[in-house]
Amino acid sequence: MADKSKDVSSIYSPIAKMNLRTKTLLTIGLTVFILVAVVITSLFINSADITTNFNAMNQAPSFEHLFGTDWMGRDMFTRTMKGLGLSVQIGAGASILSSVIAIILAFVGSINSKLDSFIAWLVDLFLSVPHILLIILISIGLGGGAFGVTMGVALTHWTSLTRILRAEIKQINTSEFVKLSQRFGKSKIWIAKKHILPLVITQIIVGTILIFPHAIMHEASVTFLGFGLSPHEPAIGIILSESMKYLATGNWWLALFPGLALLIIVLLFDIAGENIKKLLDPTSANE
Amino acid sequence: MELKGTNISFKYPLAKEYLLKDINIHLDNNKITGLVGDSGVGKSTLCEILSGYYTNFEGTVELDGQKLPEKEFCPVQLIYQHPEKVMNPKWKMKDVLEESWNVDDNLLSEFGIQKSWFTRFPQELSGGELQRFSVLRSLNPKTKFLIADEMTTMLDAITQVQILDAVLKIVKQRKMGFLLVSHDMDLVNTICDDVIYFNDINGI
Repeated sequence: MADKSKDVSSIYSPIAKMNLRTKTLLTIGLTVFILVAVVITSLFINSADITTNFNAMNQAPSFEHLFGTDWMGRDMFTRTMKGLGLSVQIGAGASILSSVIAIILAFVGSINSKLDSFIAWLVDLFLSVPHILLIILISIGLGGGAFGVTMGVALTHWTSLTRILRAEIKQINTSEFVKLSQRFGKSKIWIAKKHILPLVITQIIVGTILIFPHAIMHEASVTFLGFGLSPHEPAIGIILSESMKYLATGNWWLALFPGLALLIIVLLFDIAGENIKKLLDPTSANE
Repeated sequence: MELKGTNISFKYPLAKEYLLKDINIHLDNNKITGLVGDSGVGKSTLCEILSGYYTNFEGTVELDGQKLPEKEFCPVQLIYQHPEKVMNPKWKMKDVLEESWNVDDNLLSEFGIQKSWFTRFPQELSGGELQRFSVLRSLNPKTKFLIADEMTTMLDAITQVQILDAVLKIVKQRKMGFLLVSHDMDLVNTICDDVIYFNDINGI
């Protein structure tokens, strides 16, 4: 960099000098890095690291135990990391599954108008029942555990993306280039694949990422209520519900740090999603 | 070859009055026909009906005694006024052109299309350049009849001449039918052998 800009960079931080695109890329890179790091860290923690140690019961946060220890002397930081990893994995499964449901329903709706009304009705039906209730029902119905929770979350979170995709596809279907394509003798499936999909892929990617925070939150809340993952698993929901018993005795760190960590993960997903949305904006397609 | 519209009546689904009423129109490939009329009287709607964009009209449209196919390549092709509307904004120009047919290099140069444009998106080309693609795309070998709905209205005089010359050459070569819709009386008088006034054929 030239000498002239040296004084400027001392006044303005390097972040302020970046253009919006670089900043967006940096934000996405950082958030994705943290999230991947959390998942990978959690994969390297095995249950042997979270053994009970009654010599170190109920310790407040220290440098040795960053998040403190619980009533069985387990290191809360390790448990939290393991729990976050589990949450992200379940979130990934659930959001990808609900996106697949949304894509299939939206495209099926574009082929037949009667099916389309049925799908619109189905969306309304699912939206009219409280999420948490449905998740609990489905989760219990499928036998609970990680599978039950994933399916429960997946089967309740496709509605908003379906609505968006359905509206987008309707609009594209009335466009002149689709009508012309029909005059060229192209089939509906060909048009869906070649014309519609490239135009809605942004919505699909962003929609999937933005389901993540919901999925993680709902997984944690169902588990917190005792209908989700089984108690021996180090899920955030389990950690939080167990900590309720010890809050009254002053063990504030049991709830605060895992709760905060969950919040941060959810926020990171939200930030990543919003920034990817900015980046995939149609006008910047060929930059 | 004969494109024949018989007793065409049409109204938009929510409209109370008919836009087109009992229109009879006969076009053939021996002469170039011009269609003129005021704005908003239904010229474009008639063009769309003649090229198979609507199925919910009364009357019949037949090409050589046969109805236009709904699921196959339509032998009557329509060229719109605004080329940017008939191109998927996420497609490269190569895909846009090849959606219809594979054009050989001679024809490309005849229409003044450069190969380097093929890798660009529609929004990266000018209106004139896009219209060249749009026109060439509709000149699929299976096209028997071409309807140009104000095809050159948005272009400057030089581009207009270039594109029309190229189209008319192919139309004559392949003995295609050609209907030119325009407001430009000078243009219609120069090119067309026969002129239809829209108000004369519309029975409203």
